[in-house]
Amino acid sequence: MNKIVEKKELAPKIKQLDIENPEIAAKVSPGQFAIVITGGKGERFPLTVAGADPSKGTIRLIFNEVGKSSKELGTFSVGQELRGLAGPLGNPTEIENFGTVLCFGGGVMSGPLLYIAEAFRQAGNKLIVAIGARTSELLIFKEELQAIADKFYVCTDDGSEGYQGVDFLNDVLKEKKGDYALAMSVATATQKAICEITRPFGIKTITSLTPIMLDGTGMCGACRVNVGGETKFACVDGPEFDGHLVDWDLLESRKRTYVAEERTSSLCYEMGEEFASAEK
Amino acid sequence: MAKLNLNRVPMNKQEPEIRRWNPYEVALGYSYEQAVEEANRCLQCKKPGCMNGCPVNVDIPGFVGALAQGDLPQAAQVLWKHNSLPAICGRVCPQETQCESQCVLGKKGAPIAIGRLERFVADWARANPEESGVFNPELPKSTGKKVAILGSGPAGLTCAADLAKSGHQVTVFEALHLAGGVCVYGIPEFRLPKSIVQAEVNYLQNTLGVDFELNHVMGRISNVDELLKDGYDAVFLGVGAGAPMFLNIPGENSKGVYSANEFLVRLNLMKAYLFPQYDTPIKIGKRVAVLGAGNVTMDSARWALRMGAEEVHVVYRRTKAEMPARAEERGNAEEEGIIFDLLTNPSQVLSDEQGWVKGMECVRMELGEPDESGRRRPVPIKGSEFVVDFDTVVPALGTQPNPLIPRTTPGLETTKRGTVQADENGKTTKEGVWAGGDIVTGAATVISAMGAGKRASAAINEYLK
Ligand SMILES: Cc1cc2nc3c(=O)[nH]c(=O)nc-3n(C[C@H](O)[C@H](O)[C@H](O)COP(=O)(O)OP(=O)(O)OC[C@H]3O[C@@H](n4cnc5c(N)ncnc54)[C@H](O)[C@@H]3O)c2cc1C
Ligand SMILES: Cc1cc2nc3c(=O)[nH]c(=O)nc-3n(C[C@H](O)[C@H](O)[C@H](O)COP(=O)(O)OP(=O)(O)OC[C@H]3O[C@@H](n4cnc5c(N)ncnc54)[C@H](O)[C@@H]3O)c2cc1C
Ligand code: FES
Repeated sequence: MNKIVEKKELAPKIKQLDIENPEIAAKVSPGQFAIVITGGKGERFPLTVAGADPSKGTIRLIFNEVGKSSKELGTFSVGQELRGLAGPLGNPTEIENFGTVLCFGGGVMSGPLLYIAEAFRQAGNKLIVAIGARTSELLIFKEELQAIADKFYVCTDDGSEGYQGVDFLNDVLKEKKGDYALAMSVATATQKAICEITRPFGIKTITSLTPIMLDGTGMCGACRVNVGGETKFACVDGPEFDGHLVDWDLLESRKRTYVAEERTSSLCYEMGEEFASAEK
Repeated sequence: MAKLNLNRVPMNKQEPEIRRWNPYEVALGYSYEQAVEEANRCLQCKKPGCMNGCPVNVDIPGFVGALAQGDLPQAAQVLWKHNSLPAICGRVCPQETQCESQCVLGKKGAPIAIGRLERFVADWARANPEESGVFNPELPKSTGKKVAILGSGPAGLTCAADLAKSGHQVTVFEALHLAGGVCVYGIPEFRLPKSIVQAEVNYLQNTLGVDFELNHVMGRISNVDELLKDGYDAVFLGVGAGAPMFLNIPGENSKGVYSANEFLVRLNLMKAYLFPQYDTPIKIGKRVAVLGAGNVTMDSARWALRMGAEEVHVVYRRTKAEMPARAEERGNAEEEGIIFDLLTNPSQVLSDEQGWVKGMECVRMELGEPDESGRRRPVPIKGSEFVVDFDTVVPALGTQPNPLIPRTTPGLETTKRGTVQADENGKTTKEGVWAGGDIVTGAATVISAMGAGKRASAAINEYLK
């Protein structure tokens, strides 16, 4: 159970794992996430499911190596097993024929976006797809997303490929106003920016929030977010919410609760070998 | 018979000024000599009141009598007949309101220390598994029937153990990555060492042949109807009441505000007290406020102290007399230096520019007329608002059922409070489905959850005949 069956490096520090878990593979829908535990002392951290193959009994996770847990996950090789994998968690994306759907994928989240966009496509929607990243080499799934999109755009923060920044979406929407939008990114600022662009057009915009989580089952409230003036638990009430109602400042603030500890954890992990040899 | 002895043998504990700095168990337990001496105080009443006070009817005079004779295997066997988790119960049951409250010695002096004796016998048996004769039950031939247990708290574990002993094939589905329910994620190491809970789980797994499917959030990965369709003959719901409640006051989402569940899960389940050896962090400031007055409040407050907080306040809107926490735990908390701010109710959490908690606005209360619970209702004193500095706030205001299972189980009726409707044997409104523990009663006790698991197992056994 939870054996890695395929591993790929999609871009620098962005990895993709196909993991054997037939039960989750049979049940998961686009938009849901899983909680990963790498080892006996590991934390429980959430990753959005980026695909599933029920016939092979595998699910796909795509992640940035940013801190201790994701770096450690990146060291797993084919044949190794995760300590724990719980899912599918959260509510699936609402998939209907809305008409034209604007799909935005920032960085690593273009991975799960592909899984969701395929479902929108199958439901008969026309797709405007835009993906962005800090720089050109971090763009993932360009060909795959382009293949299912009616219109396809690329942007980067540094302008190394496609448009610079996300403001060009204003012109895109002026030309063809979509009926529905989905914004995926782990960066709060990016999500907020997309939602602010769609707001004046009155396009309902769903966004998948990534607060800190612990259990992922609704028992702790670590993941609480404010949506439309109400406190919600993102793991059970979400993770997708109406992006025009989200209190972004609160989300960003709460996500920064453990910056110091995350640094300690990451440093101890990276310097682990040095510590071990010092002890000898 | 020996002369009436009205004083109980004291139990060794870690001294308050030492234990407030470590996560180790506070109570150290009796030695063999102390246990036998205490057991010898028992009058072996013809009509023992203590047994009436026990929700699972442990044969208390039976095991205490055997212990008084020094016959430990006999004591263990009598104890295990009615209680499959005695090492846990001996530590966390509110004996003072149950068995011990009915002991005749209590009329003139101190009742027999039944909890301490239970703990002693249970710990002895674990250390001497062969000799005790309680860990090698003769399992009957398999009945070929399959039962699914949802949740691995005391209710689920008890039900699973009894059904496995009846020859059924039992699978426990647990959402978290470790089994044990509140005993593993809620009750702190310093009251209930996690190795004890793990030993119970190992016994079910290795000796009784119970299967554990961890990381299975039922209602998501599978549901009750699917289990019944997949060949399970009966289902028991022991999913507890694990969803936290907040006060719903302004500022409650500030950084540094933890629900008691989050606080305790980080520390107990994820071992944040060993960060960065363990990956999960927790941030506890110098001045901590824990809101409420139950066991959960005391546990959170005492953990905060052990994590290095300088001042820990329990903030409660009524008085000491109305506190629901066990007297012993409140006493332990007081000895350790926890400060009680009584007749005080928070009205707002205050935060700094970075969104970190910096204090609370509170209002003073006074007791008015009794409410539905019979306790005098606290009412705010107008104009008495004041501000106190805190950098960590932990609302420990109780929990409610997680709606996931009821929502995904058509035909399962719930009450207005969200608990599952069940009769005294745990039978629900859905054919083939039983329920027990906190999911039926709302937050209660380990022993009442075990009692419910036991009654349901008997009913399921009958149903499967
Ligand atoms: C519902 C949900 C779904 C998620 N899905 C994904 C997913 O599919 N793929 C994924 O990579 N992440 C995803 N995340 C984020 C992921 O959970 C965190 O990246 C993870 O916890 C990192 O743990 P860590 O110990 O490696 O880093 P930490 O030590 O926790 O974080 C290190 C620092 O990196 C920042 N950071 C966190 N995530 C990212 C990121 N992805 N890119 C850049 N910086 C980041 C943090 O703000 C923090 O300051 C999801 C989060 C949630 C709540
Ligand atoms: C901090 C704290 C201290 C306490 N102290 C005491 C004490 O000193 N003495 C005492 O007698 N009682 C005490 N209690 C109360 C006692 O622990 C509970 O009443 C008892 O554990 C209830 O048992 P249960 O089996 O009904 O549920 P729980 O112990 O809550 O177990 C339920 C299990 O079900 C799992 N679950 C939930 N939903 C799902 C799902 N959808 N799929 C799969 N699994 C699921 C949960 O993860 C959990 O493991 C305390 C409680 C807390 C929180
Ligand atoms: S992560 Fe604990 S409630 Fe959402």
